[in-house]
Amino acid sequence: MTNTYTITAFSENHIGLLNRITIIFTRRNVNIHSLTVSESAIRGISKFTIVVIETQEKVEKVVKQIDKLVEVLKAFYHPNEEIVYQEIALYKVPTEALLASNNLESIIRKHNARILEVMPEYTVIEKTGHCEETQELFEILTEFGVRQFTRSGRVAVTRLSEELLTNYLKELDEKELQLVTQLHETSQ
Amino acid sequence: MKITGSQAVLLSLIEEGTEFIFGYPGGAIMPVYDAMMQYQDQIKHILTRHEQGAIHAAQGYARVTGRVGVCMATSGPGATNLITGIADAMIDSTPLVCITGQVGSPLLGTDAFQETDVVGISMPVTKWNYLVTKSEEIPWAIAKAFYIASTGRPGPVLIDIAKDAQFGPLDFHYKKCSYIRSYVPKPTINEEAVSEAAKLINESKKPYILFGQGIVLGNAEEEFKAFVEKSGIPAAWTILGVTALDTNHPLNMGMLGMHGNYSTNILTNDCDTIIAVGMRFDDRVTGDLKRYANQARIIHLEIDSAEINKIKKADVAIHGDVKDTLPMLTKLVEKRDHSAWVAKFRELDKIEKEKVIDLEMYPTKEGITMAEVIRILNEKTKDNVVYVTDVGQHQMFASRYCKRQSRRSFITSGGLGTMGFGLPAAFGAKMGAPEKEVVLIVGDGGLQMTIQELGTIMQSEAAVKIVLLNNKYLGMVRQWQQLFFDSRYSQTYMMNPDFIKLAEAFGIKGKKILDRPNLVGGVEEMLAHSGAYLLEVSIEKEDNVFPMVPTGASVAEVILEPAKK
Repeated sequence: MTNTYTITAFSENHIGLLNRITIIFTRRNVNIHSLTVSESAIRGISKFTIVVIETQEKVEKVVKQIDKLVEVLKAFYHPNEEIVYQEIALYKVPTEALLASNNLESIIRKHNARILEVMPEYTVIEKTGHCEETQELFEILTEFGVRQFTRSGRVAVTRLSEELLTNYLKELDEKELQLVTQLHETSQ
Repeated sequence: MKITGSQAVLLSLIEEGTEFIFGYPGGAIMPVYDAMMQYQDQIKHILTRHEQGAIHAAQGYARVTGRVGVCMATSGPGATNLITGIADAMIDSTPLVCITGQVGSPLLGTDAFQETDVVGISMPVTKWNYLVTKSEEIPWAIAKAFYIASTGRPGPVLIDIAKDAQFGPLDFHYKKCSYIRSYVPKPTINEEAVSEAAKLINESKKPYILFGQGIVLGNAEEEFKAFVEKSGIPAAWTILGVTALDTNHPLNMGMLGMHGNYSTNILTNDCDTIIAVGMRFDDRVTGDLKRYANQARIIHLEIDSAEINKIKKADVAIHGDVKDTLPMLTKLVEKRDHSAWVAKFRELDKIEKEKVIDLEMYPTKEGITMAEVIRILNEKTKDNVVYVTDVGQHQMFASRYCKRQSRRSFITSGGLGTMGFGLPAAFGAKMGAPEKEVVLIVGDGGLQMTIQELGTIMQSEAAVKIVLLNNKYLGMVRQWQQLFFDSRYSQTYMMNPDFIKLAEAFGIKGKKILDRPNLVGGVEEMLAHSGAYLLEVSIEKEDNVFPMVPTGASVAEVILEPAKK
């Protein structure tokens, strides 16, 4: 049974890593629903957030392959229940059509959207929310004629109190310390 | 004191203990080749006749020695000619460092002469790769390359060096790499999993060990033997695991998979516990996965976590290097005698011997069979033989019938099945183990794919013994055509050159054997000759490899002969 899963991978910030990660999906014929890369809470470490609709078994295998990459520190996957997630959408709509409408205010209020820019020819509306919510607004705005529409990839944080990676890094630091001591001892 | 990037490349390789660079020069790697002249007494370059020959030679060297093989090529076509070998090394976990020249960094991405995005092309088939654009990065990148290639589950690494970085100056300080934050080659072993596995093993009545190359890569042959002998469990091997246990060991039941043994396949679906050691349940081993060992509990000892549950779900997974995990398991398993269970294998072996092996090894038909050539090689060679094969029918006959007693004495392209692998790999193996008798078993198809490497053998005076099993067909494809395509031999007949004359042109002695009475003498003459030798044997045309698990069949449906029409 397929489900929506959010894969998060933490990595060193290196050229070409995005390519290495996407190859894993391509090779297994898995479609990437959305993909976002940004710096994580830990300095110098990038966080990939990748959404796929797949079976858990397949997701687990893909995550192991990502985890195996030399520059990836750790990769995880989560069903929607385990994370708080958000997307952002921008809609470019003709100003004239909006002005002619009576319920622009209620649309904006009801959907918690905001207006970023108003020009004589067009207005840019922004909404953050889950995919279904931004999609719903898109459908409502189609009556005004949406000239451009774009939605970002998903960003997500886990419902756990600490980043899973932080624990992992702590373990690593201890290991490194041991290793350094060992090397030090053998060199003496 | 400042040195150039090219000097740094060679000094770094010397620091890593590299004996040989198998390579081919060209525009974008010329600075390194120029610097080579300065270090000739510390590192030897071997000029192959094609970059594919260079990388397969590096693979042969790595497989026979257990050390990192090094190969070098120029940018563009030089680099792309390495790709087949890189893919082969990736799937067979062979440690390699491949160094390629790249156009100068200001020209990157401009479609410059001989520019190819080799980092991009090799990405899916390398364990790691890196584009060096600054001279100062060279020692660091090479140190990292050796560390990644040789640790954990080994694999090929490619370092692409822009030409300006080869010229540029740097202060050279070499520090071997022993730690990368994001890379954990040796996982922490879960002791609970080990005791759980031991408990399962101690409870089982019909346990069965399936072993693979993980043991060889982990140098754990002794630890494995101790485990097998204490537990008394019958064991069978995947093609790359073959040298992990002496062929003559009483608990060595033989080969698994498509052309493996009869008993080893059938009883896979009869055992109650499988202990998979350093193997990955390749489809050539499992046959139809839906009907593969469903009755058995699976214990999987594996260093690469991505292999655990990839194909066959493990009831207990011991994630770790088998060098460490096997002794832990041996300690906890009870000493047992499974002779009644072993006897079941031996009963089935009798059927296979009668229906297949005897007829192949001691044929009564007129034509020479591949198996009888291998039987004679076994009889005439000593313990110090290393067999290298190409890909096809001869490879399966060699895997099934070559006797192997010593470590790293069988080299073959397993996962990728690369025709043309044999000749250069045999050459590389001979360079890595000059004290051993390296015997290449090769078909007429595969030999012609990299036949230019006879030139490398000539120039290096490497005493490789080449046994060419010539049936004038692409035999394995022809066998499948016979069995599954109604004997329609589409494009599998080959008109061949006079191989003996060809060898002679390369200064290599040779002899053609046309009939059985001359075979033993031919093998003896080849082995007695001090230099390289080509022994061509004319083989029966429609000689087929059996047993066989046909595609889509279950391992329990292994057949001993073609279906009667």
